[in-house]
Amino acid sequence: MMEPILTKFVSDPESYTLKGYLKNWGFEGLKKALKMKPEDIIEEVKASGLRGRGGAGFPTGLKWSFVPKDFPGPKYIVINADEGEPGTFKDKVIIEKEPFMLLEGIAIAALAIGAEDAFIYIRGEFVEGARVLGNAIKEAEEEGYLGKNYLNSGKNLYVRITRGAGAYICGEETGLIESLEGKRGHPRLRPPFPATKGFLGKPTVVNNVETLSCLPHIISKGAQWFSSIGSNPKNSGTKLFPVSGDVKKPGVYEAPLGIPLKQLIEDYAGGFDGKPRAIIPGGVSAPVLDERDFEIPMDFDSLLNAKSMLGSGAIIVLNEKRCLFRSALRIVSFFAEESCGQCSPCREGTRWLELIMERIREGEGREGDLELMKDIASGMIGTTICVLSDGCAMSLLSFIEKFEEEFKMHIGEGKCQNW
Amino acid sequence: MGRLEGLQDWEVKANDLIKAYPDRKASLLPLLHLSQEFWGCINEDVIDLISKKLKLTPSYVYGVASFYTMYHFERKGKIHIRICTNVSCQIKGAEEILKKLEEKLGIKEGGVSEDGKISIEKVECLGACDRAPVVMVNDHYEGPVDLEWVEKIVSQ
Repeated sequence: MMEPILTKFVSDPESYTLKGYLKNWGFEGLKKALKMKPEDIIEEVKASGLRGRGGAGFPTGLKWSFVPKDFPGPKYIVINADEGEPGTFKDKVIIEKEPFMLLEGIAIAALAIGAEDAFIYIRGEFVEGARVLGNAIKEAEEEGYLGKNYLNSGKNLYVRITRGAGAYICGEETGLIESLEGKRGHPRLRPPFPATKGFLGKPTVVNNVETLSCLPHIISKGAQWFSSIGSNPKNSGTKLFPVSGDVKKPGVYEAPLGIPLKQLIEDYAGGFDGKPRAIIPGGVSAPVLDERDFEIPMDFDSLLNAKSMLGSGAIIVLNEKRCLFRSALRIVSFFAEESCGQCSPCREGTRWLELIMERIREGEGREGDLELMKDIASGMIGTTICVLSDGCAMSLLSFIEKFEEEFKMHIGEGKCQNW
Repeated sequence: MGRLEGLQDWEVKANDLIKAYPDRKASLLPLLHLSQEFWGCINEDVIDLISKKLKLTPSYVYGVASFYTMYHFERKGKIHIRICTNVSCQIKGAEEILKKLEEKLGIKEGGVSEDGKISIEKVECLGACDRAPVVMVNDHYEGPVDLEWVEKIVSQ
């Protein structure tokens, strides 16, 4: 097993204090970035191959490069700490144990795009995380690592925290921006993209907590070092994998991108609990895998090739004793609950799928239900402002495709013995 | 309009929050959180207060507040239990725990016990699936919880 990077010192009881962070890491990345030109920071991050760890896997350096350099006015960094994809609990580890690593990453990103203001949008339930982060910001400002003329650099950086309030859709970057502006979290039509018109209409970069926390290491040790870890230069670095469900040791494990799924469970998560039958590889939006794919390399492109996605890296293992129709229905219900209601295919589609599946659960399945579900789901893909609708449809379609017999059985008989 | 206790204190904190953002309206979610901490819920008086403070209409403030599940329009119990029933918690028995809680307290999820002490709310993923089935008791995570835990919390 390779030595972890982001989580190397999380068991150090002082890791969340400035003293602990200085001892363990020391802001080397930021100090180096302060001597670099913004375009060189962007090039370095591009060369590292770093891709967004929040779900979409978009190349981080490329995202930054869309921000207009000569914009006459403020630009913003917004930190997506709204970790809400079911199965995901990885950013919380960084927030609570390595808040200064996140702050250092934010400072580097701010230098790259020329921002002085950063807003951390943290999910409302992370009360403890918000408290730890708030203390870290205060301490960093007092000691001159943030704020006006931090590290005597002639630069300023002000970081604030906004707590979310229990809406999954605010993890979607434009929904998040709307929420940050004091509105309902309705995702925006694109273009314009946040890089040109984001928070308050100004150029804005939205990056995930884990993504930003990679930056100090990329800058201090170099793009080449980072891109040599993982499957290949387009799937580089380590990834935090939150593992839950039927494994012996659920938890957050850091491993190189591309580690085979089965190996990750066996070497890190204590092994499978029972015989695995289905594995969700990237949070519930990611299409489910069956045993044919249990050896898949856990990286962005391998999972895309298998018609799934790495998403947040959240792995949920379901063993042979689990009713997969029940899990599929629970996922559909989640999306029905969290649909923001803007787009008809999503607002109506998620709810209709839920109603049909609830009827089947009650033993009132009908001939043609499978086709009906597939028909509704296929109309929910690519037809809405954001991909919540696609996530629901693709998850359900994958369950139907891979476990069709189980669905047919439920349509015929309602609940099964494993319910 | 009813009386909101501690209003002066609220004003001081609200002004600080408003100052922290480049736009007044951006302080709306923080003000809603602050108000809920102060008065336990977002009632009509609170909506009026915030709308005046931010120069927004009460309907706008209500529209935003009602989009988010963490803002409550009625008081919750002194012990507010949020229970996740999403996939990782569901397979580990979250629904059975919820059912037991409902039976023991004689209320349905979303409700508050008659003496106002306990309330339960079924929620989506709490982001702590390694502790499934996981609950939040007020602001603290607890888990994995089991049926014995239900007995314990109910007897409190």
